[in-house]
Amino acid sequence: MTSETAAGAVQPPGGVMQRFGGLNRMRDYGIVASFVVLFGVLAVWSPVFLAPTNMLNILDQWAPVGLIAVAATLVIITGNLDLSTGAVFAFSGVVAALTAQSAGPLVGVLAGVLAGVLCGTVNALLVTVGRINAFMATLATSIIVGGTATLAADAKLITVSDPAFSTLGSGSLLGLKYSVWCFAVFALVCGFVLARTRAGRAIYATGGNAEAATLSGIRVSWVRAATFVVSGGAAALAGVIVASRVSTGQADAGGLTLTFQAITAVVIGGTSILGGQGAIWRTILGLGILAMIDNGFNLLGVDALYQTIFTGAIILAAVAVDAWARKSRQ
Amino acid sequence: MSTAAVELRGVSKQFGGVHALSAVDVRIRRGTVHALVGENGAGKSTLGKIVSGVHRPDAGEVLIDGEVVDLRSPRVALGHGVATIAQELSLLRDRSVLDNVLLGVEPNRFGVLRTRAARARFDELIARTGFGVEPDRIVGELRTAEQRVVEILRAVARDARVVVMDEPTAALFAEEARHLIETIKALRARGTTVVYVTHALEDVLECSDDVTVLGDGRVVDSVPAAGQTPTSLMTMMLGREVETAFPPRPAPESRGEVVLSLRGVSTAHVDDVTFDVRAGEIVGLAGLVGSGRTEVARAVFGADRLTSGTVEVRGRPVPPGSPATAIRAGIGMVPESRKTQGLLLDFPVVENITLPHLDRVSRMGVVAPAREDSLTAPLVESLDVRGLREGTRRQIPRNLSGGNQQKVMFAKWLLGEPQVLIVDEPTQGVDMGAKLAIYALLRRLTADGLAILMVSSEIEEIVGMSDRVLVMRGGRVVEELQGDEIAEERVMAAAFGTAVTTGSGGMG
Repeated sequence: MTSETAAGAVQPPGGVMQRFGGLNRMRDYGIVASFVVLFGVLAVWSPVFLAPTNMLNILDQWAPVGLIAVAATLVIITGNLDLSTGAVFAFSGVVAALTAQSAGPLVGVLAGVLAGVLCGTVNALLVTVGRINAFMATLATSIIVGGTATLAADAKLITVSDPAFSTLGSGSLLGLKYSVWCFAVFALVCGFVLARTRAGRAIYATGGNAEAATLSGIRVSWVRAATFVVSGGAAALAGVIVASRVSTGQADAGGLTLTFQAITAVVIGGTSILGGQGAIWRTILGLGILAMIDNGFNLLGVDALYQTIFTGAIILAAVAVDAWARKSRQ
Repeated sequence: MSTAAVELRGVSKQFGGVHALSAVDVRIRRGTVHALVGENGAGKSTLGKIVSGVHRPDAGEVLIDGEVVDLRSPRVALGHGVATIAQELSLLRDRSVLDNVLLGVEPNRFGVLRTRAARARFDELIARTGFGVEPDRIVGELRTAEQRVVEILRAVARDARVVVMDEPTAALFAEEARHLIETIKALRARGTTVVYVTHALEDVLECSDDVTVLGDGRVVDSVPAAGQTPTSLMTMMLGREVETAFPPRPAPESRGEVVLSLRGVSTAHVDDVTFDVRAGEIVGLAGLVGSGRTEVARAVFGADRLTSGTVEVRGRPVPPGSPATAIRAGIGMVPESRKTQGLLLDFPVVENITLPHLDRVSRMGVVAPAREDSLTAPLVESLDVRGLREGTRRQIPRNLSGGNQQKVMFAKWLLGEPQVLIVDEPTQGVDMGAKLAIYALLRRLTADGLAILMVSSEIEEIVGMSDRVLVMRGGRVVEELQGDEIAEERVMAAAFGTAVTTGSGGMG
């Protein structure tokens, strides 16, 4: 044994390391493999699965959840959670529909998104300035925002008669719905920011070790705040898209079910719920797996109850791999 | 020969392909203090953790009282009478001393606590050990040394026959360390076997019966402590003669103009502190734990809020409020704990080094990895971070030794070419080789005109490295020493606020 090894440098893998290295790799590539296998199985079993209409439908259907999940990835990497996205989704749809009724579709869409950014800002202030635990703060705002949405809608469906309002939700460009474009652009931008920019480094550092990040000159509070604002904005955009698709603002849409669907996609992708690690491409694969499970169970005519049980099991598997991979590195 | 309290036969342990221990044999006699010493990475902590059930050996046997046992977990070890006092304290900070001591062994009837019986049990423990701790104090309010006593009481409350202590005197000032050593002796006097893992060789000689010296995961020798000296142990550890630790101090004329100035700086824990640090000068900040020395460093760096006063770099006030502005003003800080405050343990070394200087490696917010590599490579090279010459992008600090992690911390700040470098406990938990390298580095940096503020609880380090020493007590600077005035006794006297006493001895 040389003095080099005494210095604690990592040696070529072998023995114990091989096994743990395997676990880390499993987190890296397991998600890719699962995605490919699931895709292959569905393609073989169901002739409808690969049909363009089915594919486009899946994309359109999952784009709103995708927007929320991509933003949630940023929040989760900083070590926080935003539980209010489902409520913000509904609230923004209602605000957009109400405003569109009186001020026209374009103002309505903008007002809806702005409402979400506002909600995100409130969350940001509660967590940074107010130093309230993000889980509890956003659970509270989720309830408050949800209630406000019902109040604003007077517990009714808000229907917009102007057909122009439905453009965002139903229009398409080059064969893809606007919703899919929104999602694609947003995911690309967030992916780039996270992987290649200073802001991305700051997000990872904040979640990896907030104190070390602060002592390295990172303004941790600003980073956390920014992710909540983005999360609110993304949830709002998703809400407005769906409201536009059906020309209706609906106060009981979304909710915690939607919130957790988005978080599930992030976690299944392998982004650590403890912060500091993760990526947008992981979330996209996570979304893909959720979408394929949903679509596949439908196409194969399996009872939806099995779907929920199956999804739960996958979440457990993803979180367990993360926990074991972390432990093995210590 | 009577059976040993603990015996290890041919014990081996690997981590990630590295042999932490290779076929180690150690006999720990009943009722003795047995010290495990060695450089970082020598395997002494791993050995201690095998005895306490934290690690399971890959090969070999562990015997307790002559019987082979499988110490699968600390709980199983406890069942065999082995208790552990870890390097990081594991106390419930918001609970009372009594609750902590009896945690898990509370007197109860069908799960309902019997408070009077608990108190009686506590009093009996105090009477048996002779330690003075009040049962109702909240543990978080106690001094570190007192907290260690609580941990030891907890071990005694579990009827531990063997107590494993990992660096119990780390971060303790002299008097507290002394108190702890007396505690260890008291434990031995009542028949407890103590396994004592440490760097502090003088403490070892003070209270141990036997010493096992480890090097590169093997036993170099197991010897009676009597007749050994720190130098003889060091020679065994390193396998060579030890050179003098501290580089020569340059002449006072070599110091340049004032770079860092504090004027009436106060924070929640610091009271009206004023001093200067010149270019090419190392100013040592000494004091007991809680005296405010680290808090002064944090105040300068913008990590704690100033309630009054100003910090200036070359006559320009540093806008208060955040480390970000301090960094921009040319200040860098190697913090007290590199693991919790300094490094992102799972981030590539390169990204750790560039984190405070992302503006230098990015254009319009986009980071250029190639530029990161080219900027950090020469630094890593010049700091001689072993095992890091290549592949720094894949290497993460978690896998590096303490000394190498500390060198990464230095690289992180030197990349920004700061004017002022604050180093808080620069050599804590690093091995002798890295320690000497860090001392040499600090001197080299001052020769290049850097102003260094060094906080340390190691008095030898303060005395050996400082051009000027400021001693703190109760949040204030109570003494300034320079030149020939810098001596251990004077630093201690000022730190304790007492008259000079002789025979102060070493400190942890």
